[in-house]
Amino acid sequence: MQLTNLTATQVVAGIAARKFSSEEVAKAFLDRTAKLASLNIYVHLDPEVVLTQARQVDRRLAAGENVGPLAGLPVAIKDLLCVEGEPTTCGSKMLANFRPPYDATVIEKLKAAGAVLYGKANMDEFAMGSSTENSCYGPTLNPWDPTRIPGGSSGGSAAAVAAMTAPVSLGSDTGGSIRQPAALCGVVGMKPTYGRVSRYGLIAFASSLDQIGPFTWDIPDMALLMEVISGGDPKDATSLPDAVPAYSREIQKRPERLRIGVVKEFFGEGLDNEVAVAVQNAIEVYRKLGAEIKDVSLPHSKYGIAAYYIVAPAEASSNLARYDGTLFGHRAKDYSPVDEAEKDLPALVRMMMATRAEGFGAEVKRRIMLGTYALSAGYADQYYNKALKVRRLIRNDFEAAFREVDFLIGPTTPTPAFKLGEKSANPLAMYLSDIYTITTNLAGIPGLSMPCGLSSEGLPIGLQLVGPAMSETALLQAARLFERETDWHTRRPQN
Amino acid sequence: MSTSANPPYMMIVGLEVHVQLLTESKMFSWTGTKFGLEPNTLCDPVNLGMPGTLPVMNFKAFNMALKTAIACGCSIPHYTKWDRKNYFYPDLPKKYQISQYDLPFSLGGSLPIPADKEGNGGKTVRLTRIHLEEDTGKMVHTSGQESEVDLNRAGTPLMEIVSEPDIRSAADARLCLEELRLTLRYLGVSDCEMQEGSLRCDANVNLHIDTPAGKVATPIVEIKNLNSFRSVERALNYEADRQYRKWKEDGLTIKDAPKQTRGWSDPDGLTKLQREKETAADYRYFPEPDLLPVVVDDAWVERLRAEIGELPGPRRERFETAFGLSPYDANVLVEQGKDVADYFDAVVALTDQYKMASNWVQQEVLRSANAEGISVADFPVRPAMLANLIARVGRGELNTQQGREVLGKLMETGAGADIDQIIELGGFRMVSDEGPIREAIQAALASNPKAMEDLKTGKKKPDAIKGFLRGQVMKATGGKANPALVGQLMDSILAEIEGSG
Repeated sequence: MQLTNLTATQVVAGIAARKFSSEEVAKAFLDRTAKLASLNIYVHLDPEVVLTQARQVDRRLAAGENVGPLAGLPVAIKDLLCVEGEPTTCGSKMLANFRPPYDATVIEKLKAAGAVLYGKANMDEFAMGSSTENSCYGPTLNPWDPTRIPGGSSGGSAAAVAAMTAPVSLGSDTGGSIRQPAALCGVVGMKPTYGRVSRYGLIAFASSLDQIGPFTWDIPDMALLMEVISGGDPKDATSLPDAVPAYSREIQKRPERLRIGVVKEFFGEGLDNEVAVAVQNAIEVYRKLGAEIKDVSLPHSKYGIAAYYIVAPAEASSNLARYDGTLFGHRAKDYSPVDEAEKDLPALVRMMMATRAEGFGAEVKRRIMLGTYALSAGYADQYYNKALKVRRLIRNDFEAAFREVDFLIGPTTPTPAFKLGEKSANPLAMYLSDIYTITTNLAGIPGLSMPCGLSSEGLPIGLQLVGPAMSETALLQAARLFERETDWHTRRPQN
Repeated sequence: MSTSANPPYMMIVGLEVHVQLLTESKMFSWTGTKFGLEPNTLCDPVNLGMPGTLPVMNFKAFNMALKTAIACGCSIPHYTKWDRKNYFYPDLPKKYQISQYDLPFSLGGSLPIPADKEGNGGKTVRLTRIHLEEDTGKMVHTSGQESEVDLNRAGTPLMEIVSEPDIRSAADARLCLEELRLTLRYLGVSDCEMQEGSLRCDANVNLHIDTPAGKVATPIVEIKNLNSFRSVERALNYEADRQYRKWKEDGLTIKDAPKQTRGWSDPDGLTKLQREKETAADYRYFPEPDLLPVVVDDAWVERLRAEIGELPGPRRERFETAFGLSPYDANVLVEQGKDVADYFDAVVALTDQYKMASNWVQQEVLRSANAEGISVADFPVRPAMLANLIARVGRGELNTQQGREVLGKLMETGAGADIDQIIELGGFRMVSDEGPIREAIQAALASNPKAMEDLKTGKKKPDAIKGFLRGQVMKATGGKANPALVGQLMDSILAEIEGSG
């Protein structure tokens, strides 16, 4: 048996049934990770730390303890989730030496569920990017085609699963950072309702948009993970206190209603033909399953990218202000004046400036500048406050659509994975790869991407399902229906 | 007031008061807020702004602030939210302060300025708003290139009270602040120790000068570094004087010059220019996405209103009208703190010797409590016992001096003391038998021939001599003699001597 080919559900069941040990599982994934090192998936991975946890699980199981629903399951972690005592760097030179003295709430929950925390997965610096090329550790390569990007910003987490170097992983999604790489890597990725999963310990990019979610091979694995990581948290005031449904059990059922809206605006200019065809085929699958298919419109979605690129950078400019060399993270060693103008500045100010100039990459600086500008006196009304109004309109669009349908369906991304470097020089082209995912973050509603085809070049294509707030159960049920009828989720990259 | 009798200008003052709330933990995290600990020992990942951490609102702090606003008659909007105020400074770990910008939890309201004997006060000051925020850390600029930062204070709940420019004199500013401090202490929301920084005040001041061409306003100055109420008063008087002299020199008005920030130097007794700002700093305020807005309904407000109790102003009035105290006595009892006024209230509930109760609480109880370094709330002689003692003095069972001594014994014995037993065992009953007192008087007259001589020659006032002699008698009787009887008998004995001589 090839342990690395198993789903999380199979791994957990196998360990529980003593078919294999947690240590054997960990070793299998570590071996495969070593073999695929060139994909540059992990930025920190200490095999000893992984094996120690796995052996601990085995000992506890041998002692007859109830270790938890994820006993022995390796989970790769996006490098922006704080793990006590472990490097947590956000793909940034700024935090290269940062080891948090606390666990993120999701990490606490994984530990309590018996999971084995696997490596820290690569990402775009501070989650800003759609290709994982903006990492200070270099890009992660797409396991389906190493000349291509895996998507981003959670590219490492998506590739970790796609390359079978971990059975599941966690990422974060601010404008599509889970769903877009899931689509480009041929795995399932979910962004839950804003507040469904605690953000405590998630190093913030844009606080009102960030949400943690899993990458898995299929919906049962997604349900398994969601059940563990969801729930209200006294440490996150924006988390939602609602009870967490037994997703694993719920997905056995058909959704109560299956009215699916096809979003007109998601089939316009810029959509790759093969992606359009794959999504149309998926819609047909649903039609055959008895779904009522309706055309719907989200008229303000065309302003989504614009609004997002004001709100998110505005919050980021504030969230990232703390990285200035005074308390933690990188501090510039040389902060002597670089020009005449700097000569009159206090040493402290020069130190902060030099630290930020050295510590942040180009995209992060670009967004800090965008956000600072958008919030500045005299411009805030024109930009930030206007973007908030657009956000409200986008939310209204979704609310109107959900009065008519239960889910929205469309492509996750306009194209399959693009080539490394293809969009690096053109930030706007890069931003457009999130055009179908970004509006759900602005509305705070859940979205899920699942494999629905392969391009003629053998690249995965993602199908996006979106539901109203707190509709995770129905969303997983609807996705599971599709999965039962198709085998896209069983496709694996060669190697 | 130190300004000249009738200056040709009017002083216009508004206050910005920062008050640290008396909570166990910080505004948005769990560490304590104690003052005076080793630097950087009151820190947690949240108040250090460490990556990934999130603030959670301290409801107790919010309630304290809300209670203050209700007590000041402010209007409480149903919806309030948090905002980020962004600026780079090392005393601010996150490089933004969680504060309230356009929708503070409290608007309007007023503070009283009680009248004093010199004719100051007797007015109210309108409030603009009260908002809640987190305190910053503290920079320690030691010698040399390095600066140090102490983040113990960072994140402490801080209430900012902003007044309208309604104050017209330095004395009124001081009175207003004293009354605010008293009110906040009554509410139990802050200890208001200026020396420890739990109450901090900035004052905005300028002058309206009468000229033949009409009224002229001088540029506004914000005075900082005011670390006592006395310095507030001194700084405002200094600044008024300085602004007037400056205007006479250069004629610059509010239209010609920007707002200045000046620091008060207490030892030098003057203000020094800190900075001039053309425009307000750009703090890039925006709604704090990590916190939820707070919706305050009427039931919440009413619940807190019911907890407020009697405030200092109404209490002074009641002490005057219900117990016939002078404004001075009423004020002393009220301004010494809520526990003192509560104590007095408990005493007068049990005795109708109001004036005596007022004297005893002000003198004996306060003095002893202060000497022992305890609060009146912890004073071992409880109000019922004091009322009992006062009643005995009032009935003439004990003279004042004996009462004091009994009180001393009661204090030593503490809560379970038996007053009858103490009086009995200590022999504190007042002696009102004529025989022994007469003997003691005659002995005193015999052993003080000089006094008798003075009395005859009229060299000194007879009252003074008699007072001295009465003192000798009291001394000889161990303080037990009934003082009224001593005076009465002495007068008659002296009259006899005079008649016979």
